[in-house]
Amino acid sequence: MEKQVTLKIDGRSVTVPEGTLIVDAAKQLGIVIPVFCYHPKLKPAGMCRVCLVDVGRPQLDRASGAPVLNEDGTPKIVFGPKLETACTTPVSEGMVVWGATEKVMEARKEVLEFLLTSHPLDCPVCDKGGECPLQNLTMKFGPAESRFEFDEKSHNQKRVPLGELIILDRERCIHCGRCVRFQEQIVDDPVIGFYNRGRALEIRTYSDPGFDSIFSGNTTDICPVGALTTADFRFGARPWEMKDKASICTQCPVGCNITYNVRREARKDGRTVIKRVMPRQNEAVNEIWICDKGRFTYHYYESPERLTAPLIRRGDELVQTSWDEAIRYAAQQVKAAGSRLAMVTSGRLSNEDLFALKQLADVTGGKAILHGTISGGEAVSLAGMSPGSDLGTLAQGSTILVFACDLHEEAPIWWLRVKQAAERGATLIVVNPRTTRLDKFATHRLSYAYGNELDMLQTLQADTGDIGQAVKEAENLVFIFGSEGMGLSASAAVAEQLALWLERSGRRGKPSSGLIAVWQKGNEQGAWEIGYTTDERLAETISAAMGVYICAADPASEDPELKIALQRAGFMIVQDLFLTETAKLADVVLPAQAVMEREGTAVSGERRLQYYSPAVPAPAGTRPDYAIIRAIAEEAGIQLKGENTADLFEQLTDSVEVFKGITLKEVRAVREQKPALGRSHMYYGGTSYENREGLGVTLPLRAGALRSSAEHYQPQALTLESGSLLAVPITRLYDRGGTVATSGMLQQRIVRSLFSLHPADAELFQVKAGERISLRLDSREIEGEVDINIGQPQGVVLVTRSMGALLSAPVVVKLTVPQRSAVNS
Amino acid sequence: MLRGLITTFKSLFEKPVTIQYPEQRRPVFERYRGRHELKRYDNGLEKCIGCALCAAACPSDAIFVEAAENTDDERYSPGERYASTYEINMLRCIYCGFCEDACPTEAIVLEKIYEMSYSDRHSAIFTKDMLLVKVPDGGQPTPQKTEPGLYTRSVPEMKDPTD
Repeated sequence: MEKQVTLKIDGRSVTVPEGTLIVDAAKQLGIVIPVFCYHPKLKPAGMCRVCLVDVGRPQLDRASGAPVLNEDGTPKIVFGPKLETACTTPVSEGMVVWGATEKVMEARKEVLEFLLTSHPLDCPVCDKGGECPLQNLTMKFGPAESRFEFDEKSHNQKRVPLGELIILDRERCIHCGRCVRFQEQIVDDPVIGFYNRGRALEIRTYSDPGFDSIFSGNTTDICPVGALTTADFRFGARPWEMKDKASICTQCPVGCNITYNVRREARKDGRTVIKRVMPRQNEAVNEIWICDKGRFTYHYYESPERLTAPLIRRGDELVQTSWDEAIRYAAQQVKAAGSRLAMVTSGRLSNEDLFALKQLADVTGGKAILHGTISGGEAVSLAGMSPGSDLGTLAQGSTILVFACDLHEEAPIWWLRVKQAAERGATLIVVNPRTTRLDKFATHRLSYAYGNELDMLQTLQADTGDIGQAVKEAENLVFIFGSEGMGLSASAAVAEQLALWLERSGRRGKPSSGLIAVWQKGNEQGAWEIGYTTDERLAETISAAMGVYICAADPASEDPELKIALQRAGFMIVQDLFLTETAKLADVVLPAQAVMEREGTAVSGERRLQYYSPAVPAPAGTRPDYAIIRAIAEEAGIQLKGENTADLFEQLTDSVEVFKGITLKEVRAVREQKPALGRSHMYYGGTSYENREGLGVTLPLRAGALRSSAEHYQPQALTLESGSLLAVPITRLYDRGGTVATSGMLQQRIVRSLFSLHPADAELFQVKAGERISLRLDSREIEGEVDINIGQPQGVVLVTRSMGALLSAPVVVKLTVPQRSAVNS
Repeated sequence: MLRGLITTFKSLFEKPVTIQYPEQRRPVFERYRGRHELKRYDNGLEKCIGCALCAAACPSDAIFVEAAENTDDERYSPGERYASTYEINMLRCIYCGFCEDACPTEAIVLEKIYEMSYSDRHSAIFTKDMLLVKVPDGGQPTPQKTEPGLYTRSVPEMKDPTD
């Protein structure tokens, strides 16, 4: 155990671990030492000087080292001539701190007066006004009047866009450097920095495009003044006017806890609208951070392209119809198809929706299929994370293996958590054919050729060197795998191999140890737990079925084979938010509701069951997915269990083993979290939300034996002829899929180039970055812009998913440059 | 009875307390608080910066404000922020004047207007165009096209406030 130190603050005694800073020790006692530049998640800087306190240490006899005693036998305390900063001074044995003496209060007052000499005091128009630590502290400790003239204030530029997402107000900045330190220490994106010094100090962005970081929004949260604001919330509303609605981000499998701030708007015809997204503290999931995708994509719910009325096919056209007619038609078809109905869904739905659809599948005898680009959820249910798990506890002695994924692009907060674990001393093994942002923090970095995933895993397992040792001796062992360059069957085989390895090393079922899949959608793990499986031959299944019922999935825009199969399908019911490529082929389209318009539960990749509540009312004419499923079933004469989400959740916990005994009350329960830095803490005001809506519950592991992939998986050998390349699908954060493009905010950050080539290949085919190239697959061609990337293997062209390229597994392609061939011919 | 008639007769020659409203009007007290007005600067720019402090101060939740960002091409008020929506529900208003006290730019003033009547609840909501005063002589209507760097301060310097 760490050495404990006892000290006195304001006459009260406290015992804390050695190395604790005075501010944190005081916070344990409930004593307020104000801070600006200090933040418990960042390294101390000592820049603002507002935390000055009087520190005394026991005097030691120089000769003997024994404490010098006063006449009454108490140790003699010597105070320094100057005050010390509580945020940089660690505690020491016998220390005496005075945090509220006249001298200290005077110093605080003067520091605040000094900070305000270059602050514009435009609180009435400032977005931070009302939740501003500078406002709070000035009210509590500051002077009533300044001795400086207003005209002598330094006037700086008011509106400085640091990129299109974050806007800086140089005048309001108090140079605490929290944003600069966050970018440098927490997310390793040092794209902003200080320029000049003294009073001329200013924050600048050093990247192109400006503030090029996927975590940039967090700097607006931790900014203790209104200097950094997000472009979409600028002058949007005063903080006290908004209500907090707790929710979960469903953009990726991390399941970040968020709070939607909502209010009614006259310019939106009196509707309640979301004004901003703030992180909600959950130290076991996202701490107090969220990525920009989670922060800015919510705008999709107000897109004018949303479906608000059911559509039915009349000849070649889809025309608006009534709910009654649409449901009646869909029910007729469902009834007629009986067991020959294929139900295709995705991880975008809540557990309740998925459970309702599963019931329908069980009653009719039809197939319930999870559509996605990655498989292996069964192995994760059997050997995933178990109750009591927290990536934040992994440190020295633990091992994390990251296999075939780019966490920075696919699940940014996991990237952050894994990076931090590595920095705490955990052994990080990164195995990927191309370089990723995680390599820098890896203890071991290994590469393999696309297609050789299983061989690579065999080699890893047989390793007797450092890697074998690290896995064998790890206190906690976490395997994270993705679907980089793999189709469904390959990723399932990888998952099974990893699960077996985990069991062999005796870590299956151990808290904070287990298998994590980097899913593409928020609740794919939930679908697996409920009993859905993926289908490698989805096109064949669809062709064989009499009809297809698609909920929240868009297979037609991802795979040309599927598109053809769907076109041939007998009938097709689609429920979605938008008129997707799949919905355009449908016979009936039913408008569903977005995640912020309804309640539900979702299971994150770490198998944490979390609850989200409705933030805004749903548009008229839409219905939640489970209600549509129920209505169709009822019309077809099938009675499904569970009338509303709460009822469905109860039915789910009754019938599915891993959910047994879990109540919503448990899921929504909260505990005190450390460090405490919510809005109610005066000097962290406005920086993040306390979690009052539940921390979630990690599901217990499913009992059962692990499967071995050897039985059903045969890797497909892909041979490359000269002049051909291997096209490999990869996932990028800002793609054209689902909700990013329709949200508007991140338009400029969406990946421009569809393809990526190694410089040697680029030279071979004589293409330059930014040029358009064309890939010929068996029967079709895909065209797009190309980028050059030295970090990827040769002979491979990386193809970004969800960009319209329709590629679900690696294939051999021929590359041509259309412009040039046009010129030549 | 006679004594009673004398009283009646006497009061015939007294000066009447009533006046012939609306032809005649009694002056209101100097500190009378009537319907609000949103003031303008001499150049026509709106004083209101959309800070919503009036709405926060209002004890009966009668005021609703939405803000937006000024640009030099389309400027409503000095500084960066202006009120894109400003509504007062006069049925809710209790004429306490807290909004006036809260206003950092002296934009909202409870004036002497007391003649208000509504036939339904909706017409009791006064919108921004109803509350804004006329553009003063020599001023321009808003939005104005202004020189960059001229109107950078949202809150004007208040010299020796008198009330």
